[in-house]
Amino acid sequence: MPDIMNTVGIWLGAFFTFAIFSFLYKDNPFYKLAEQIFVGLSAGYGLIYIIYAALMPNLFTKLATDFGGNLILLIPFALGIMMITRMVPKIQWLSRYPLSIVIGTSAAISLLRFLKSDLIAQVAATMINPFATKVPSEIVGNLMLIIGTICGVYFFYFSKKQEGIAKIPSKIGVYFLMVSFGATFGYTVMARISLLIGRLEFLLKDWLHIIK
Amino acid sequence: MSLNTSSVIERRIVYFLLFLAVLLPLLFPIGWGSEVSPVVKMSYDLIDQTPAGGIGLISFDYEASTITEMQPMAVAQIEHAWSRGQKVIATALWPQGPQMAAQSFEEAKRNPLFKDKEYGVDYVNLGYKVGGMVTVQALGSSFKDVYPKDSSGRDWDTLPMLKNLKNIKGLRWICSLSAGEPGLKDWIMIAHDVHNVPVTGGTTAVSAPGFLPYVNNHGQLTGLLGGLKAASEYEALIDKKGPATTKMDAQSVAHILILALIAVGNIKVWIRKRDNAKKIEVKDA
Amino acid sequence: MKRNIPLILAFLAGLLMIVSEFIPHRPFSNMVETLEEWFMIIAGFSIVLGLASLLQMNYQKISTKAENWGYHLACVIAFAVMVIIGALWGMEDQPGLLGQGEKIISWLGKKPFDYTYDNALVPLSATMFSLLAFFIASAAYRAFIIRTFESNLLMISAVIVILGRTGFGTMLTSWIPENYRFWQLPVLADFIMQYPNTAAQRAILISASLGIIGSSLRIILGIERSYLGGDK
Repeated sequence: MPDIMNTVGIWLGAFFTFAIFSFLYKDNPFYKLAEQIFVGLSAGYGLIYIIYAALMPNLFTKLATDFGGNLILLIPFALGIMMITRMVPKIQWLSRYPLSIVIGTSAAISLLRFLKSDLIAQVAATMINPFATKVPSEIVGNLMLIIGTICGVYFFYFSKKQEGIAKIPSKIGVYFLMVSFGATFGYTVMARISLLIGRLEFLLKDWLHIIK
Repeated sequence: MSLNTSSVIERRIVYFLLFLAVLLPLLFPIGWGSEVSPVVKMSYDLIDQTPAGGIGLISFDYEASTITEMQPMAVAQIEHAWSRGQKVIATALWPQGPQMAAQSFEEAKRNPLFKDKEYGVDYVNLGYKVGGMVTVQALGSSFKDVYPKDSSGRDWDTLPMLKNLKNIKGLRWICSLSAGEPGLKDWIMIAHDVHNVPVTGGTTAVSAPGFLPYVNNHGQLTGLLGGLKAASEYEALIDKKGPATTKMDAQSVAHILILALIAVGNIKVWIRKRDNAKKIEVKDA
Repeated sequence: MKRNIPLILAFLAGLLMIVSEFIPHRPFSNMVETLEEWFMIIAGFSIVLGLASLLQMNYQKISTKAENWGYHLACVIAFAVMVIIGALWGMEDQPGLLGQGEKIISWLGKKPFDYTYDNALVPLSATMFSLLAFFIASAAYRAFIIRTFESNLLMISAVIVILGRTGFGTMLTSWIPENYRFWQLPVLADFIMQYPNTAAQRAILISASLGIIGSSLRIILGIERSYLGGDK
């Protein structure tokens, strides 16, 4: 029986694959149905995982096994329930309390982490000696790294109008950004094609057994 | 034929050509080789140089939508770590991560070399936790508080390989396989920049360019696998003809088609411009 | 009370995290550990809230028989199926309300939750995103046009990276002698990624981090209050 059900499962997968691909021709009921089933299944999956992987071990099981020792967990539990009151218009203001704790904590962590990793560390990583190497391409590359970073940051400085000579570094910054966007486009092409290859491989290998 | 109809037909021709460009190399492989990038080698070296018995962590921060790009990286890295006698912990900042981890371990165990790898001794799947950056930060204090149980509900204390692991500092390396937020960035910012644990990563090709600034002389990120191509390079380094390698011909042919489409598109615009210029000249005359 | 207490709570939570960064000892370290534990639980409930809101929206469309309400019904049914089979038999080795479900596993080959995940959610999710391959091919044909010097740079860099990241690109320039290896497409692509791309991305990181730091400060100090919603 499991073999038959496995085959049924693969046919189901193939059906959903074609239902989504049918959108390429035009929007149609099969696509709309598959799209909504996708949303429903994803949401159901998320809820089950939140309960089993987060709320059960970190809250409910602890309270169930040692209620007296974990009394303090009633506070986040209450805050969690308050969060859900957002669904009830009359008492939705209660959700502001847990929300403010989440937002305040996240903001402080972001402030500290971005300050250290994305500001200080990145500025420090740009302070390199471009001539520390003897390989010409690396010297050119290091110089590009320094000039490109400075000019790029300058381009994002919007507080003062960039005119005349002050426009030159901004222009250089744009050139670097364009090269980077080109590279990113190349990588985006790569990513999207990879996903398509995965689906066609499923159809040829698992469904039709044409390739091994 | 109206302009709109011709545009729809053109679009469908493009779709069909792309379909063929991917399909044909899958049916008839070509066998083009490729070179290993320095950033992939860095990631490989990090795991390769970790002594046997060391514990590494792979965070499965992706879902089924990017399975084709990410899963080959996971399997290759698990196999590599096991081949060096290391133990692997799987965690997830994305809800579908635990399923991805379970599938990756299962796939790696299909290799006859690793069929005897034992759950709880050689690997564990700790599962998903909500909270992103805050969760990673909490791992800096205590693993057990964040993961009192694994993804299957087993108690932390019943898993032998976790016996001496207190917090994030007990790990020899961390690899976040990340398809977005939360993911690799959180691990870099906390695991490396706060706790100094070497972090490497794998991302979808889309986000790879944005992570390269972290591969710097401060070692914020020790190498990076960007997309399916990088996964195939990693497979080459561990001498494996895996799922990423077999897809590279289709990838190459599709890339050539995209370049051809760019060229044709530009030629078309150039011809249109020339014709318009001629029309204006005639009108002026 | 409805607005000021939340603002004070956000300030205190933020302040505590910042103080503990510079004084990582008791009592601050313990307080932060507790706060982090609470955060994970509250964040769990916030995802439940998001899912409940999705259901509510679908329920409204179904109850008012809005256009295409049948599809929204399919969404709710799919949600209910996933939740019920997950709750009853669990997933992987995790038991559900009815235990591990050995009987159903012997019939289906795996747990119903895992079966649905593998055969419905994975193909749906992976195919949905693979559609983007077709759209990007169409965009490459219709929109990737050389017009200015900047778009030239973008095009050159894209072409080198698209070719350099494939086996075809490697083969195409493998004849170039070792002394001129820099001009081989994969090496050139690596150079672009490692230097000009990194420079630009670093500029973006630095600039964005300044913005994030500024907005984080505004939230902690209570200047930014939009997250609290309306005045009621």
